[in-house]
Amino acid sequence: MSGTSDAGRLPARFRASLSSLASVPITLFGLILVTFLIGRAMPIDPVIAIVGDHAPPDVIARVRAELALDKPLPVQFWIYLEHLARGDLGNSVMTSRSVTTDIATFFPATLELATTAILIAILLGLPLGVFAARYQGSRFDHAVRVVSLAGQSVPIFVLGLLCLLFFYVKLGIAPGTGQQDVLFEGMVREVTGMRVLDAALAGDWDAFWDALAHLAQPALVLAYFSLSIITRMTRAFMLEALAGEYIVAARAKGLSDARILWRHAFGNIMVPLITVIALAYAGLLEGAVLTETVFSWPGIGLYLTGSLLNADMNAVLGATLVIGSVYVGLNLLADLAYRLLDPRVR
Amino acid sequence: MSALAAWLLSEAPQSRRQASLGRFFRGWLQLRRNHLAIAGLAAALVLILVSLFAPLLATHEPAAQNLTERFAAPSAEHWLGTDEVGRDLYSRLLYGGRITLGMVVAIMVLVAPLGLAVGTVAGYAGGFADRALMRLTDIFLAFPRLILALAFVAALKPGIASAIIAIALTAWPPYARLARAETLTIRNSDFIAAVRLSGASAARIVLRHIAPLCVSSLIVRVTLDMSGIILTAAGLGFLGMGAQPPMPEWGTMIATTRGEILDAWWVPIAPGIAIFVASLAFNLLGDGLRDVLDPKQG
Repeated sequence: MSGTSDAGRLPARFRASLSSLASVPITLFGLILVTFLIGRAMPIDPVIAIVGDHAPPDVIARVRAELALDKPLPVQFWIYLEHLARGDLGNSVMTSRSVTTDIATFFPATLELATTAILIAILLGLPLGVFAARYQGSRFDHAVRVVSLAGQSVPIFVLGLLCLLFFYVKLGIAPGTGQQDVLFEGMVREVTGMRVLDAALAGDWDAFWDALAHLAQPALVLAYFSLSIITRMTRAFMLEALAGEYIVAARAKGLSDARILWRHAFGNIMVPLITVIALAYAGLLEGAVLTETVFSWPGIGLYLTGSLLNADMNAVLGATLVIGSVYVGLNLLADLAYRLLDPRVR
Repeated sequence: MSALAAWLLSEAPQSRRQASLGRFFRGWLQLRRNHLAIAGLAAALVLILVSLFAPLLATHEPAAQNLTERFAAPSAEHWLGTDEVGRDLYSRLLYGGRITLGMVVAIMVLVAPLGLAVGTVAGYAGGFADRALMRLTDIFLAFPRLILALAFVAALKPGIASAIIAIALTAWPPYARLARAETLTIRNSDFIAAVRLSGASAARIVLRHIAPLCVSSLIVRVTLDMSGIILTAAGLGFLGMGAQPPMPEWGTMIATTRGEILDAWWVPIAPGIAIFVASLAFNLLGDGLRDVLDPKQG
């Protein structure tokens, strides 16, 4: 057509992926700016929080200068960015350690909880959605619909409390709150910070089963919400796929029902499902805050709410920034998966 | 009734009002076939009525304490029992509905116009303004809602007003995107070209001709969002960052009494059921509405 050659150009979808990659720094910058501004808008004076109410004025002035709080806002932001680049999120008043260390301690527990939950949600949600679509309008379909609507309506912290009440208090078949029985505290060497994994690595099977039992309840509670989303979206995608002409053609060829369902229809909805799953995984971070509070699960959500109640601002902002970044990362993953795997997106 | 129905279902409406009422009526007929959606609508209406008439329906003053009757079991005197300072749980639940629905309404009033403004301006102006506004929208969309709301509330000060502002600040981006998408389809239509030719300013076109057309899809979106907002508000209350005690907000009520779940399980569970019912009602209704308006989305 025109004189320009396409040979040197990147394929369109890779260029699109690059542009969505390029938008990440802007989004992250926005995230950092917003958390910085929230921190500066705080009614708590960080200087007083460090030196106390009764410190002499010259001490207050010196600390204020040390924290660069006497400088104009843009300068303060630049200093904040510099610290951030070194991985320095400031010190926590509550734990009197650096926030970065704290988060590194608390994050694996959340990762363990959220990953288990998303695996449960995928393993249950995909078949439920596929069969609900296959038997659309049946009693099974209606039951799935009610169960998933209930999952999107139930406050996760109420569900958690109910589970504790029934399985722990009334029936006595589940362990209580926390990540592990106190009996095993400090018995297993921490490698990943994920207790189930650590116990398995150490070959301590008593600790392993105990950690797994502690994990089961919060993970199931947390899984319910994403299970609802994954089920509903799988059903919707499957309905669309099953209405396709290629399905009619496959039927005409005499292929078995299972083969049509799983290979032809399901095979075609995997890409949008990956997007849905990545977004659901990101959404679990929110649910984790509430679930961890109910089950005293020592993850980043519990750290965040604990710091909130103690007005420990560096910790609050650090945790917000980390959770936000993971969220942005998962969003990007969802976007990239879609662009790279689906040949129709160009 | 049948004459009215015939007028509404007329294939050749005589006026703009007849056409739009007819479209509304057809949607209603379709919605009516969905029993779950009607159940949701009924529950939502009951919730609204109960909240409005809470002072008439309550058997006790919601703030009246009676320390001799702490954690009383449900009885003829206290239908749902009493809480940690002997307040009547049933009456507090009714007043809690007022707080929850009040918060939802306040958030909607803040969010819908903000999203509408950002979306229509971005969509109509195009170019740099569009890119800048949409980038801002994307940034806010990329935040986890509850986490950001928590940080905002911490920066302001825990309480209902802060919770409303914080949730509103995190809830507007989808509305902006929706309004922008609508604007993009409208802006190149012939009637906008005609208005522009007759010399209308850009502000007038956006305000008088584009924004009103975006409102209906925003309203549907609002219904779909209700349950999420109810859950976020309750979650903030549960974490101690929403309404503060002694206000009878459902999430806050659970937070203050969850330690007593072993001795008086109904005290934290009753508000939990209230949150669930409210959220489920709007989810069922929204689900039915989505079926009517966009059959493709299961």
